Amino acid sequence: MIIMSHMSIPNFWRLQKQRYRLVANKCKSCGVLYFPQRRICLECGKAEFEDKQLSGKGKIASWTVIRAAPTGFESPYAIGVVQLEEGPMLSSQITGPLNNIQTGKPVKAVFRRLIQNEDGLIVYGFKFELAE
Amino acid sequence: MANNVAIIGIGQTKFGELWDKSLRDLAVEAGLAAIKDAGIDKKQVDALYIGNMAGGHMVQQEHLASLLADNLGLTPIPSTRCEAACASGSLAARQAYLAIKAGEYDVALVLGVEKMTDVKGDSALLGLMGAGDHEWETMQGLTFAGLYALLARAHMEKFGTTREQLAAISVNNHKNGKNNPFAQFRNEISVKDVLEATMIADPLGVLDCSPITDGAAAIIIASEKFAKDMAKPAWIWESAQASDILALHDRLSLTEVRSMKEVGRKLFEKTSLKNSDIDLLEVHDCFSINELLALEDLGFCKKGSGGKFVEGGAIALNGEIPTNTQGGLKSIGHPVGASGIRQLADVARVLRGDAFNQMPSAKIGMTLNVGGIGGTAVGHILGKEPRK
Repeated sequence: MIIMSHMSIPNFWRLQKQRYRLVANKCKSCGVLYFPQRRICLECGKAEFEDKQLSGKGKIASWTVIRAAPTGFESPYAIGVVQLEEGPMLSSQITGPLNNIQTGKPVKAVFRRLIQNEDGLIVYGFKFELAE
Repeated sequence: MANNVAIIGIGQTKFGELWDKSLRDLAVEAGLAAIKDAGIDKKQVDALYIGNMAGGHMVQQEHLASLLADNLGLTPIPSTRCEAACASGSLAARQAYLAIKAGEYDVALVLGVEKMTDVKGDSALLGLMGAGDHEWETMQGLTFAGLYALLARAHMEKFGTTREQLAAISVNNHKNGKNNPFAQFRNEISVKDVLEATMIADPLGVLDCSPITDGAAAIIIASEKFAKDMAKPAWIWESAQASDILALHDRLSLTEVRSMKEVGRKLFEKTSLKNSDIDLLEVHDCFSINELLALEDLGFCKKGSGGKFVEGGAIALNGEIPTNTQGGLKSIGHPVGASGIRQLADVARVLRGDAFNQMPSAKIGMTLNVGGIGGTAVGHILGKEPRK
């Protein structure tokens, strides 16, 4: 059976700055901020960026509860599109009681275990929890 | 136009959980059926195009171009596999269309196939998640139903769209699929059934979702020179394709899909047709919300009004724009790489007069096939007569 065997150590190691610490990148020429980081600016087409630490604060733009989970995950769990206060949006699990989740509610980033692959490798990263 | 292109043959397997058939069994069955339906000899096929999304994940088999040319006895003609998630089938058809239009070939077999039940359901879900952004969506456990649920909730909260309105889409598609012998589900369902069904990803229940399906569909497409002597051509007037940002969270809007809008715009511009000229529509109802978004983004109703539009019966067989007239992905099933070709086949069936739900006055049909949540969209306009 295929589990997340394709999540090798190098595969997640090279993303740790973004996935562990929410580091975005900012276009040096037009100032647009990207998370996840981009290699080419969608606004001006330039390819020079600088790192920018995000606050981890945002609000829920839309959300769902996954009740039929793929291999490697246990349902039910909530996922939202989070609009960060600096502008970018990201997809993240929302921790905590499922029935408190609402669009527009403030959330903050927390460091959590994401999945474990078939070699026993545990992948960590961000999830979000309600800020109130 | 001298270089018109036509669909001259159709082949399809039963869609469903087909435990006794392999990917190669399904592909060969549909391919040979299309050749037979066209009334041509296998030796007249110049090229093979394959639509398949996930052979590697689902049956541990890549290199389907060679495998299926081999199994169909078509070697050494050129064979090409096309992949754009759930839009793989239409993408393959479009490549064949372009090659014929360019004059490279006269006859191509376009074959879409997906074998999805050789893995367990949770693994099939993981395979389908390959259509999203692996590093930033899949790693969070965001399933395909989940992505469409995020779109559905955004639409409901912005425009007041209701679950009952979304349910009207599934109800219509099951009603249309009742007469389709290839369909996975031939039972009618009610709005109440949809609302009370097991929740998959709130607010989408299992009856808002197309199923996991084994199946294959094939069409033979040919140049005008070749097709004009054929018994039952349906003509491809135009083809269009567009891309959008892959991850939902990177999009500017959660209530419209730019690639679908772009395909609609291009198709109408290139044909000088308007929405009211389209007699029937095949859209990608992988989830009920996407049929609604497609109706809006193609311009059949205003943005935000899709809920009222479908609830009022506009998509019924006798409605303003009959949609998914043979059952759609919801009722017929969604063997991912085959669905785009099955859509083209169903419009061609209506135009040439041997569909399961016939529409005798229909002259122009349109398809829209979508990969992922619209990272790729491919659409076609078909006519009963050659384009002038």
